[in-house]
Amino acid sequence: MTVPKIKLQAVYKAFGSKQVLDGIDLEVGRGESVVVIGGSGTGKSVMLKCILGLLQPDKGSIQVDGEEVTRMRSREREAVVRKFGMLFQGAALFDSLTVWENVAFGLIQGRRMEREKARAIALEKMAQVGLTADVAGLSPAELSGGMQKRVGLARAIATDPEIIFFDEPTTGLDPIMADVINELIVKTVKETGATALSITHDMASARKIADRIAMLYKGKLIWVGPASEVYASGNPHVDQFVNGRAEGPIRMEVRL
Amino acid sequence: MNVLDFVTLVGGIFITFLRHTGRMSLFTLRAVSHCVRPPFFPRLIGRQMVEIGYYSLPVVGLTTIFSGMVLALQSHTGFARFAAEGAVATVVVISITRELGPVLAGLMVAGRIGAAMAAEIGTMRVTEQIDALTTLSTNPYKYLLAPRLIAGFLMLPLLVLVGDIIGVFGGYLIGTYKLGFNPSNYINRTWEYLETLDVVSGLVKAAVFGFIVALMGCYHGFYSKGGAQGVGTATTNAVVSASILILTFNYAITELFFAK
Repeated sequence: MTVPKIKLQAVYKAFGSKQVLDGIDLEVGRGESVVVIGGSGTGKSVMLKCILGLLQPDKGSIQVDGEEVTRMRSREREAVVRKFGMLFQGAALFDSLTVWENVAFGLIQGRRMEREKARAIALEKMAQVGLTADVAGLSPAELSGGMQKRVGLARAIATDPEIIFFDEPTTGLDPIMADVINELIVKTVKETGATALSITHDMASARKIADRIAMLYKGKLIWVGPASEVYASGNPHVDQFVNGRAEGPIRMEVRL
Repeated sequence: MNVLDFVTLVGGIFITFLRHTGRMSLFTLRAVSHCVRPPFFPRLIGRQMVEIGYYSLPVVGLTTIFSGMVLALQSHTGFARFAAEGAVATVVVISITRELGPVLAGLMVAGRIGAAMAAEIGTMRVTEQIDALTTLSTNPYKYLLAPRLIAGFLMLPLLVLVGDIIGVFGGYLIGTYKLGFNPSNYINRTWEYLETLDVVSGLVKAAVFGFIVALMGCYHGFYSKGGAQGVGTATTNAVVSASILILTFNYAITELFFAK
């Protein structure tokens, strides 16, 4: 019996009176790519941040490689965080640094690598995501949204993480650039053999990058299954979401 | 509104106050503990020192020179009422070193540096750059906050020392060119009654004020939320709270040094 890479058991998290995560159970196997879908504000980001340790769940257990991370001391947690890489929704590039310094940041600051050596690795990772060396010296603000996402992806994989999180990787991109990013994600995950956990509400993206899909609704995972079965789930909530219909069991809270 | 609503309101405000005080205290303790533990980031500290010290020089210089000038003029006309014009030089140097140098420099730096820090760190917060630091195995307290706090604490005394000299020079200009003092006499009078403690107390104040400005900028930026508006609020709060704290601590430190 192999230990799952990430295992969440009955994870709860509330902000004030709002129960954002209402008992989440999820397992992600080694080398597997799981995509969590769900509407805006259903707690997808909160779930990722709980695994990363940016937020502390109210109760429940989160294990990474069989190690319980929720009650870790900060020193041990740092060792676990080293296994992670993350692509943020808005890329979250450091705008005071150049592109290559952004990509090399985890190597220089996190791993104390020499700048020259880190630069070489950064350029190599940038080439992997289709960025040429001539953008290396630019500042992130000079790049388009799609380019920034690529830099964010290069930064996420620069330290060769075992686990990569993708937070809405295609949001804000045109359909073609979104597909380019999706292909890059599939390619890099395959090449590095990393475990991937993504959150998105873009079904095209979910279908492309997922081995398994889980749907988050009202703080609970209401459906988990292979990506190929998501359109035949038999669950009315999932059906409504994947087909993008306004009518159905999911009622959007629209306030006028 | 009945009595119960009123009590609920007061209690709510009080609890919010306690929560913020507690959060700020914990934040301060954590930030300070990262200031004194290695690893340090000399490059980042250096950059902040230049930003706080060097680039604030014009503002602080202008503020203190005019303060020195106005002090000389005011004390001359005021003291003439009881024939004590001779005390102008002493009044200028003691006022500048003990009070006006540190307080004015502190307030100016609060507007210049505190606001910039809150805006920069606040923007990093709302664009998830601070979360990104954590995922890249870099502690944001150590990388972002500690260099600013260290630079603020170290640079403001230097800035105030320069400001003191410029302020006294402002008084000298008015004293000799407008009020008709003999230059060497004025300088003698400046030195004669000046004590080391006058300057030292001012520099201690400056160090505390520098720390306060950086701390408020970092704190409000670090906990800002809600996009552009949140960053705006954080910036305002950083400057206002730093200014109030500077004036409060100014009294406290003066009492500590000089109250008999």
